[in-house]
Amino acid sequence: MNIRLNGTEQSVVDGASVSTLVSQLTGRSIGPDGRAADGLKLGVAVARNAEVVPRSQWHATALADGDDVELVTAVQGG
Amino acid sequence: MNETTLNPAAPDVVAAAAAAGAPADPFVVDGVTLGSRLIMGTGGAPSLDGLGAALVASGTELTTVAMRRYSPAETGSLFQLLVDHNIRVLPNTAGCFTARDAVLTAELAREALETDWVKLEVIADEHTLLPDAVELVEATEQLVARGFKVFAYTNDDPVLALRLENLGATAVMPLGAPIGTGLGILNPHNIELIVARASVPVVLDAGIGTASDAALAMELGCDAVLLATAVTRAQDPALMGEAFKHAVLAGRLAKKAGRIPRREHALASSAMEGRAEFL
Repeated sequence: MNIRLNGTEQSVVDGASVSTLVSQLTGRSIGPDGRAADGLKLGVAVARNAEVVPRSQWHATALADGDDVELVTAVQGG
Repeated sequence: MNETTLNPAAPDVVAAAAAAGAPADPFVVDGVTLGSRLIMGTGGAPSLDGLGAALVASGTELTTVAMRRYSPAETGSLFQLLVDHNIRVLPNTAGCFTARDAVLTAELAREALETDWVKLEVIADEHTLLPDAVELVEATEQLVARGFKVFAYTNDDPVLALRLENLGATAVMPLGAPIGTGLGILNPHNIELIVARASVPVVLDAGIGTASDAALAMELGCDAVLLATAVTRAQDPALMGEAFKHAVLAGRLAKKAGRIPRREHALASSAMEGRAEFL
């Protein structure tokens, strides 16, 4: 299936969860609680179809074809 | 010879308190005690290393970040830099033009950085970067209802500042001049009015060009100063960071010390009596 990730079309495995996607992109292993397995902070957040998905829900939230996903982090600013 | 021996009645209160392990004059906001009244932004720094050096030199304990799309290519982590230097993070909603976008961005920041503090910035257009008062009020209302601690970046408008406070803003942050201009404090009288009427911390935010601007903000009674460009784009950011550390402290001490009134005519500081007379 295809989703839109940070404004770009991207193909993902059918039924992939938000957790899987975040893990793939950040290269970090993520536990069922949405925290990095290495114990360090991930510092990222996910919005799916303009709604924030809390990290506690990443594991249980399956992506659907056509989803619009934004993955953000802190950068210099302000 | 040092000044302490010349004037033993004026001990260095800052050094004394620091020696006792406590900030002399802490900045308390939302129950959190900060040892510095300088809040730094991170925008405009050419490198993370240089930014780190400037932040450390400035003595800041609270620093803003923006939320942007994650890019695997940019692995140097600003977030980690702040964690390493034990600097608290204040996410902003820079680049948001509507209350809706600002609220969503704040929600993402809370989730990513695990803080309910947010510097709320809702701008009207890219040319002036001035706050859009209507959207700002709307966003403040929504964010307060969602449990955020709102640090509201606002116009230098005493009426709007009070309205934001009444809506539950944790701090009001009037601009000195438009973001990045370095024009200083264009309307000191309004800043004084905002300070006089506020019962939440007032942070002068934006427009600072050099150290004396920050000192003036503190002399006008602001509780803290927030700046980025003046340091990050200075020729020597670390040196300028240090300059601002001293400027904020100097302005704060001057405010507390109580300046002399302005006079129209001169007032001799040496007694006229007892002068030698030369015939």
